[in-house]
Amino acid sequence: MAEASYPEDLLYHPEHDWTKIADGVATFGITWYAQDALGEVVFFDPPEVGSSVTAGQSYAEVESVKAVSDVFAPLSGEIVEVNTALGDTPEAINDDPYGAGWMVKVSLSEESEQESLLDRAAYVASLT
Amino acid sequence: MEPATLKRTPLFDRHRAAGARLVPFAGWQMPVQYAGIRAEHVAVRTAVGIFDVSHMGEIETRGPGALDLLQQLLSNDVSQLAIGQAQYSVLCAEDGGVLDDLFTYRLAPERYLTVTNASNHARDLAWFERHATGFEVEVIDAHEDYAMLAVQGPSARELVQAIADSPLPERFQAGRRLLAGRSALVCGTGYTGEDGVELLIDPADAPELWDEIVRRGATPAGLAARDTLRLEVCFHLYGNDLSEDRGPIEAGLGWCCKEATGFIGSDAVRAARDARPAEKLVPFKLDGPGIARQGNAVLGGGAVTSGTLSPCLDVGIGMAYLPAGRAVAGERFEIDVRGKVRRAVVATKPLYRHDEETDG
Repeated sequence: MAEASYPEDLLYHPEHDWTKIADGVATFGITWYAQDALGEVVFFDPPEVGSSVTAGQSYAEVESVKAVSDVFAPLSGEIVEVNTALGDTPEAINDDPYGAGWMVKVSLSEESEQESLLDRAAYVASLT
Repeated sequence: MEPATLKRTPLFDRHRAAGARLVPFAGWQMPVQYAGIRAEHVAVRTAVGIFDVSHMGEIETRGPGALDLLQQLLSNDVSQLAIGQAQYSVLCAEDGGVLDDLFTYRLAPERYLTVTNASNHARDLAWFERHATGFEVEVIDAHEDYAMLAVQGPSARELVQAIADSPLPERFQAGRRLLAGRSALVCGTGYTGEDGVELLIDPADAPELWDEIVRRGATPAGLAARDTLRLEVCFHLYGNDLSEDRGPIEAGLGWCCKEATGFIGSDAVRAARDARPAEKLVPFKLDGPGIARQGNAVLGGGAVTSGTLSPCLDVGIGMAYLPAGRAVAGERFEIDVRGKVRRAVVATKPLYRHDEETDG
């Protein structure tokens, strides 16, 4: 998407990742800022379902034509689903970073971690 | 490097106005992309793109001793270079390591212009000057005298011809023309595998010439597309595929080395040619998902020196140094891509051919 956007109903990690939590399961993805900095995404290498992720650590890689970047987990837990559609349409990460460009769903192990994440206003402030 | 110390080309304002992403590159602030790498890449493959490559350096060598000096510095046989011709060569150190790869244009009987890579320009110039002692020759840093535009793609010549005062030089020829009323050294060279021209012009003329070529339909293209385009056709990039630690023979550039001329490094190049190098540079395609990058190790020995996703082939491609015994087309090998083993196969040059379908 051409215009920067940061939805109100998400929580943000300073490494430019977002999460949306519902019933103890969190969906992860990268923010508009991250996909814009990366440029056209051409490859997403998903982690395996069942593997564990740790807040602040890399759980996947996303590649543009030019470079590879780590994707950081905003929260800790176990991966219960990965967005396999990104294998064929990695460009969804650019086109719809908060929708079709979601990356994994994680069963949270430390729900209290979300208190350290940023709300929209704090994240947007961190970008300037 | 601080942005304040980065040099700007005469087209900096044009790039900024066009929404380019500007990045530091070899001491210059250069456009890496405008609308998007894929669109720019495909524009050059199917129509015409324009690149600002004013960061490239120029060294003029002139005087009665110009040929003799260049023959000593450049790997190719400079005596074969007729007036108005272009010649590719490498610049070697005494041990045969590659200091730069260069195009040299013979402008007049005793006047040659050599285009350098931006990152090597100062070193090349010092090398030329150091070895000029004893020759009746002037070595001139001409970097400030020129802006350089590359107009590339199947309709590039047609576009530039329409604003030229006379027929454009053929491939690997160069000559002065008036373009939209401005003097330009028009060179039938490029770095994309497409037909096209490179224009060496007065920096003051660059913005209006850029505007005119863009107005006539050329898509501004950045350094990122320039890199994917050159890699699809297996052109070497200094700093990736060429370095002081490697010789031209292992890089597959023996064709532009004429050891009989006695150029600096020719003994080492001859020895390497006779002994057959232990490693050779090969193009490859990945067999499956993933993208190999510069620095990734080849299992069993060797390393990737360039890697990207090919916008035209939609597969990971690159160039790698492999042990000579494995450097044959069709050979399968594996690359350690940040801890993941990716399968690859040695391909033939070029990786992309015009007659293949473009699905980008």
